[in-house]
Amino acid sequence: MWVRSTMAYRTSFLLMTLGNFAATGLDFVAIALMFSHIGSLGGFTLPEVALLYGTTSTAFGLADLLLGTMERIGRRVRDGTMDTLLVRPVPILAQVAADRFALRRLGRISQGALLLGWALVRLDIDWTLDRVLLMPVMLLSGGVIFGSVFVLGGAFQFWAADASEVQNSVTYGGNTLLQYPPTIFAKELLRGVTFVIPLAFVNWLPALHILGRPDPLGLPGWIGFGAPLVAAGCCAPAGLAWRAGLRAYRSTGS
Amino acid sequence: MRLYAAVAVSAFKRYATYRIATVAGVFTNTVFGFILAYTYTALWDERPHLGGYDLSQALTFVWLGQALLAATAVMGGGVQEELQERIRSGDIAVDLYRPVDLQLWWLAGDLGRALFQLLGRGVVPLTLGALAFRLTLPASPLTWLWFLLSVTLGVCVGFAVRYLVALAAFWLFDVAGLSMLSGLLCLFFSGMILPLHVFPGRLGEVARALPWSAILQVPADVFLEEHRGAGLLWAFGFQAAWAVVLLAAGRLLQSVATRKVVVQGG
Repeated sequence: MWVRSTMAYRTSFLLMTLGNFAATGLDFVAIALMFSHIGSLGGFTLPEVALLYGTTSTAFGLADLLLGTMERIGRRVRDGTMDTLLVRPVPILAQVAADRFALRRLGRISQGALLLGWALVRLDIDWTLDRVLLMPVMLLSGGVIFGSVFVLGGAFQFWAADASEVQNSVTYGGNTLLQYPPTIFAKELLRGVTFVIPLAFVNWLPALHILGRPDPLGLPGWIGFGAPLVAAGCCAPAGLAWRAGLRAYRSTGS
Repeated sequence: MRLYAAVAVSAFKRYATYRIATVAGVFTNTVFGFILAYTYTALWDERPHLGGYDLSQALTFVWLGQALLAATAVMGGGVQEELQERIRSGDIAVDLYRPVDLQLWWLAGDLGRALFQLLGRGVVPLTLGALAFRLTLPASPLTWLWFLLSVTLGVCVGFAVRYLVALAAFWLFDVAGLSMLSGLLCLFFSGMILPLHVFPGRLGEVARALPWSAILQVPADVFLEEHRGAGLLWAFGFQAAWAVVLLAAGRLLQSVATRKVVVQGG
């Protein structure tokens, strides 16, 4: 239904898809502009950065396509429209995901995938079997990790209705962080996104293995294969928080 | 005049009520400030004095950008969304009936909003940035004053652009796509992602001449004392000229649009 309704305003739909395409695109243009002055950033070449960029954009795009509407939970709590979801005999999470489901978000995924393709063509990777396998595993688990953050953020909004920005700092902020080589960030920050909020498993750790580069924290190469486990591990707290949030929800008014 | 001041004050108060949103925003601005500061450090390590900035100035640019992000409404929102919604729903007919100037009314509201965002979401990230990194703060107290003037002019330019986008709702009905595109252009050409001095050659020249550069690049350069004496006057003139041109365009489009309004159910 939401797909058809967005199609009703064709100009807007086209501009939105284009906008989503450009949104990630302009970020990369900025990186390309940086590389017009330098040969490598933190020891990484432009195609290598493009690989990091493409993988995180695709993973983030997948999560955003399915769960990007979590941002709107706060608004629903404030204006009381959350109630309409509660009375329907369909899981709330599925309803929120489908609410304003926007195909235009495909723009972000296609742009990420395009850059990823370009990076793979330009890079001379030694394609062993484990590296080939790691590629789709990385994108899917990355999507799940970002998705968990979206759900966690959505759940948080049951308590703090207008705090969706905090979620942005992890989702959009994490996406921006992962576009750059891990070597340029401070060790404490790297530890934080490896062990506390495991964003490093979205692309850094698997991608380092694919590129045959050592991890700046000295973690072993096979750790990238832990991504699906970490992703599964992220779902648990997100799911629990979501249920707790729903239970804590008291409608507006009397 | 008193009326518009009252509109500005009430907009200020309205935004001041969203306390959790403000704290959340400060948090996000700070996180992005740190991420960008590290990438700029890596870039300036490779090429010191890139774009005429030293590392400390480049880092100051990052934190100024985060401090001004909400105030200048780079990503759209604020007035723009509300005005669009009023046009889409037809409530605009009521506004047109009021004995006030529509554009000035919304400008006053936007200035009130910007002042709150500057205090609420600007001061803390800039202070945190100054504590965590070595920033280049103005030596002269007068520079702070010029900076505030430049930010005000920048907000006016930003408002003029967003007002034009919102008016497009008279023709497009659903302006979400256009708003998004406009926000992206603003993000890129204001210097929010990368200082415009770093843009190479002709692209840089064009980017610095476009109105968006009046929103962040010019205020940041005023803060960094890159403009002095006559250069300062030139910078203000550049901002003011774009503000006047774009506000005039807004007026023109508004008069065309209002002739087109059909009030339903009346």
